[in-house]
Amino acid sequence: MTGRDWAYLSNDLIYVALFAYAFSFLGYAFATAFSVKPGGIDRSTTKRSNRIATIFFIIATAALTLGVIARGLSATRVPWGNMYEFSITGALTFAIAYLIIGRKYDLRWLGLPITILILIILGTAITLLYRPSAPLVPALQSTWLVVHVAAAIFSGGLFLLSNTVASAYLWIDRMERRGGRSEFAKRLPSLEVLDQLSYRLVAFVFPLWTFAIIAGAIWAEAAWGRYWGWDPKETWSFITWILYAAYLHARVTAGWKGRKAAWLSLIAGSSYLFNYVYINVWGTGRHTYSGL
Amino acid sequence: MSAPELQGTSSLRYLWRQLTSMRNALILLLLLGLASIPGSIYPQRTQSPLKVREYFETNPEFAKWLDRFYLFDVYGSPWFSAIYILLFVSLIGCVVPRTWHYAKEALRKPAPPPSSLKQLENYQTANATLDSAADWLKKNRFRITRDKNSLAAEKGYLRETGNLFFHLSLIVVLLGIGASSVFGMRGEAIVTIGERFINVPTSYDNLAPGRFFNLERMPPFTITAANFDAEYDAETRQPLDYTLVARVTDSPTSTPVEKIVKVNKPLTFGDSRVYLQANGFSPLVTVRDQEGIVKFEGPVPFLPQDSNLTSIGAIKVPDADPQIGFVATFFPTAARDEVRGGFSSFPELLDPRLLISVWQGDLKMDSGVPQSVYRIDTDGMERIGLKGLSIGESYDYGVGTITFNGVVPWVNLQVVKDPGKQAALIGSIFAIIGLLASLFIRQRRIYVRSNGKQIEIAGFGNRPGLEEEIKRMVEK
Ligand code: HEM
Repeated sequence: MTGRDWAYLSNDLIYVALFAYAFSFLGYAFATAFSVKPGGIDRSTTKRSNRIATIFFIIATAALTLGVIARGLSATRVPWGNMYEFSITGALTFAIAYLIIGRKYDLRWLGLPITILILIILGTAITLLYRPSAPLVPALQSTWLVVHVAAAIFSGGLFLLSNTVASAYLWIDRMERRGGRSEFAKRLPSLEVLDQLSYRLVAFVFPLWTFAIIAGAIWAEAAWGRYWGWDPKETWSFITWILYAAYLHARVTAGWKGRKAAWLSLIAGSSYLFNYVYINVWGTGRHTYSGL
Repeated sequence: MSAPELQGTSSLRYLWRQLTSMRNALILLLLLGLASIPGSIYPQRTQSPLKVREYFETNPEFAKWLDRFYLFDVYGSPWFSAIYILLFVSLIGCVVPRTWHYAKEALRKPAPPPSSLKQLENYQTANATLDSAADWLKKNRFRITRDKNSLAAEKGYLRETGNLFFHLSLIVVLLGIGASSVFGMRGEAIVTIGERFINVPTSYDNLAPGRFFNLERMPPFTITAANFDAEYDAETRQPLDYTLVARVTDSPTSTPVEKIVKVNKPLTFGDSRVYLQANGFSPLVTVRDQEGIVKFEGPVPFLPQDSNLTSIGAIKVPDADPQIGFVATFFPTAARDEVRGGFSSFPELLDPRLLISVWQGDLKMDSGVPQSVYRIDTDGMERIGLKGLSIGESYDYGVGTITFNGVVPWVNLQVVKDPGKQAALIGSIFAIIGLLASLFIRQRRIYVRSNGKQIEIAGFGNRPGLEEEIKRMVEK
């Protein structure tokens, strides 16, 4: 197969993934809507749609995995050269993390927001960020790029998942303070579990994110002659790092929990998102590899 | 009379305690993050001096105000440094005294159990002996203090150690950064292919030494730029690869060695490194006067303006009488359309063309004001000609001729000496290791007491998970 064939195959697979996620979304939406009956929750009708949704989710994630790999093969390099590729890989990490964690926690209730987020990411990637497959520019031809970008994107996917859980926490917390969960929300785990899960995800990603920044510095040293230069991208990575460090500190030493901690993690997550979207698209500096 | 003095020292002590408290260290840390934001909003002199100049041109009044608050030099500003230094002091003040404390604690055996275990968490009883409990704990690598009918076991002290390690490593990182800015240097030089760069201060177009960097003791290496090759994708015009073939020596007299330099493959001379940063073209021209006497000859580096290397430059001929200057644009692959006029449509030399306008008058090179080598201040000069030239062509502008002989590429070499970089790197790696330890190691104590028939078990820890551990222990 030629590079072009791989690129077309990758595009097809990403479309397959998009459609499968859309079906998964419908399944979760159906399960969410019909599990609530006037007399309480009736899971018998929705069990099957939940299962179908999950199966579509797995199919979609498999297609996305293959799509990302094919994208790499099309240019015989790692598939992390522009923002389209960052986005599809980030979505993949997010999806896989959800599946893995779903084995331990009952996260089916998160299926709906998660499929929506994935559809948004993939949709934006395909319509706005798409670029033909091409070799890397010389500054990106480095092993450290592989390490740095991989760690950064994986972190992004996991931060997003942690934020999704933290948002669910805040939503349910509000509901409980206003007089109890709605029927639908009764299926969701307890506040403590949500709080813990969101924290554990951050505790897991934070070292990876630290590592991403260090690998980035090593790469910058080899490519640009300085390991840190307060380029906007670097500055915002640093801010994100500080906010998450503050979050961990606040939890471990100041005993922050629940609402306060959830808000802090949302703020920290937003700074990641800001760095990713704003600085890549509208920012200046040397990290202009979005290909836009 | 000693009262005011006492008050003085106690308020100092109060300040010190405030500064080294964990809470304020965190606040300083958050402040540092906050303080770094403006630098990502306003252009910075160290990164994009041209953008700063542009800003001054479009908003002169506002820019002046911003400049007063160092908003174009955020990361070197007094207020940014103040936060950074306070944080540094805070880290040291916070961590060093704790090091001792932790070291002593780590060597100590766990204290014996309290008199009653019933008040502790996870209290339970089991049908087993003290020996079997001790065996289990030993197998699970607890540290144990034992007496006749009770034992205390502890595990996870590495958490504290890791935490300490993390903070100490941060200090190493900060020291490394400091060392680089004081003892290091960085500089840039444009070297036309075929020319030799000798590492002395005068070879640089731009040199920024640290405060204690000794300009007299620069390593005497030389780099001859033998060949440069830039490869581009024919369709997307994206660069694919830059390769500089250099002949380098450690000193001007030693025998040269051939080296390949790429964007991600710098040259190394001791603790200095040389990076391939940018590239462009130098048109080769010869300027003669009316009698045919050569007044200027050689390559002139031009400054690239876009990704297709449309480049601008200035050829100054101060020896002509009156002086002559050529304001020029160079197109590696000349193209033309109605909107843009002349432009370059590809970054390689497919159809090189030099567009010149000839100016006669005072070049103002002796005025003392530093001049850009890429521009000519044409105020008070008179334009006497305009012409596009291909390679080999000449142009007679009345008082002389200019011949466009060819083009050679140039490369921009960046030389960096960064003596603290290893410390910064090693510090960061240790910081991650310490961080992992402090985040993921659970510290907990388990107490066991035997009353002859049964044993009582209890314990506490700083993370969940102890309950399960005790359950597993009891099952055994
Ligand atoms: C630069 C960012 C910083 C990060 C990411 C950070 C991270 C951490 C982490 C992860 C812990 C572990 C807490 C635990 O597991 O108990 C910790 C504890 C601690 N940190 Fe920091 N820290 C930072 C800055 C500082 C500074 C500047 C100070 C002192 C002025 C400080 C003082 C402490 C102390 C005293 C503890 C131990 C608290 C305890 O065990 O109760 N930290 N820090």
